[in-house]
Amino acid sequence: MNWQSALDPHSANARHLADLFWFFTALCAAIWLLVVAALLRAIRHPGLAGEQDPPERQLRKSRIVGALTALTVLILVVFTAASFYTTRSFAWPDMNTLRIKVTGQQWWWQVEYRNHDASQVLTTANEIHIPVGRPVTLELHATDVIHSFWVPDLMGKQDLIPGRTNYLTLQADHAGVYRGQCAEFCGLEHARMAIWVFAQEPSAFEAWRRHALMPNTMPDGGAAAKGAYIFVHRQCASCHAINGSDAAGQTGPDLTHFGARATIAAGTLHNTAANLDRWLADPQAVKPGANMPKVDLSAPDRAALVAFLEGLK
Amino acid sequence: MSSAWARFALLAALLLAGCEREKRVYSGQPATNPAGELYQENAYDVAQGKRLYTWMNCTGCHAHGGGGIGPALMDNRWIYGGKIQQIYRSIRDGRKNGMPAWKNRLTDQQIWQLAAYVRSMGRYVRKDVAPSRDDALNSGKAESRRERSAPLEPGR
Repeated sequence: MNWQSALDPHSANARHLADLFWFFTALCAAIWLLVVAALLRAIRHPGLAGEQDPPERQLRKSRIVGALTALTVLILVVFTAASFYTTRSFAWPDMNTLRIKVTGQQWWWQVEYRNHDASQVLTTANEIHIPVGRPVTLELHATDVIHSFWVPDLMGKQDLIPGRTNYLTLQADHAGVYRGQCAEFCGLEHARMAIWVFAQEPSAFEAWRRHALMPNTMPDGGAAAKGAYIFVHRQCASCHAINGSDAAGQTGPDLTHFGARATIAAGTLHNTAANLDRWLADPQAVKPGANMPKVDLSAPDRAALVAFLEGLK
Repeated sequence: MSSAWARFALLAALLLAGCEREKRVYSGQPATNPAGELYQENAYDVAQGKRLYTWMNCTGCHAHGGGGIGPALMDNRWIYGGKIQQIYRSIRDGRKNGMPAWKNRLTDQQIWQLAAYVRSMGRYVRKDVAPSRDDALNSGKAESRRERSAPLEPGR
């Protein structure tokens, strides 16, 4: 699993951005060194106070100042052009590729794979699976406040704005897991709003997609079956949906195939039975202010719910 | 001397800005007598109630307070009483003629928040408690800018 870094690019676009960053950094560092050297020289060899320069020396001085001013303007023009041409190359999304609608919400990500065929539309949360080596167009939406989608290894930032659609093209060169993060302060739990991009070989991606489209089979006995009953008949189903059950809430993350996900609550906890139990016991102790309320459940009921949810592979 | 005073005033202003921060309780309000009293004067709880109002599709019957299939909520007529405890009971247990019971659909805290918002819809709360923003585009005035409805009437 890669830790996110804009200086560890794994796609052509991220490489262009990293190159731009190093170009700016190198040139600015060189200029800074020259300025410091000139300053040191001036301190070592001060001119005499009140002494008038001979005319040829005055002329030389004004030529140097003029040349440096022109050089400054030239460097600024080069910087502007470099950043303009680099970012302009990302501006136009390709609408004929795989399209994924990403909706930022306080404080999680809804992910919906678009398709003209309604039976192929797939909804999940906080994880995006993409095929390697092929551009994927993200359609960015927000339901409440402004968020920003940023997976530094793959691409620069793009804001998600309520009432407006923005686009971003993602492409990963090699298979891997790339962490992303909301990059626009969006409230109390902004820091716990992570997203994971799983770049997979096209065949593995297709297998994942087919599996994720299938409804979960409901357990027919034991603790998991009790958990399924609780999920549908208690508060859970008011906000969460699970394909294959009667739970069809639309305001919280879709939990179909939840057991196969890497994390709980948008990257807050690793997805283990112990962590899920902790999360369900009091979400507000883990992620204060999140819209997931504390539901009063007995310990055995909670254990049944954990068994059910972790079984949704 | 005056610059020391200016510094002191600046520091005091910075520190004072941290005072009176609205208290938010995330795992349920402490018990009060009568119950629910704290929710109705808390801007955070009223705002959360407003979100639940949309999320649980209350608009389906009550619209944005003007009513439709269900009764209006922003006027001063309350069939089952306009106190937060009475509204809470209407939401929790449901009422005849179609109002469903939410007791296993929402947590107790959420029902109180929703009741606090419903009570606030006719602006029966302070201006700084009523919500001033909407998650989605809204054609009407924000709750905090609305006129207060006529004084509460008990029942029909």
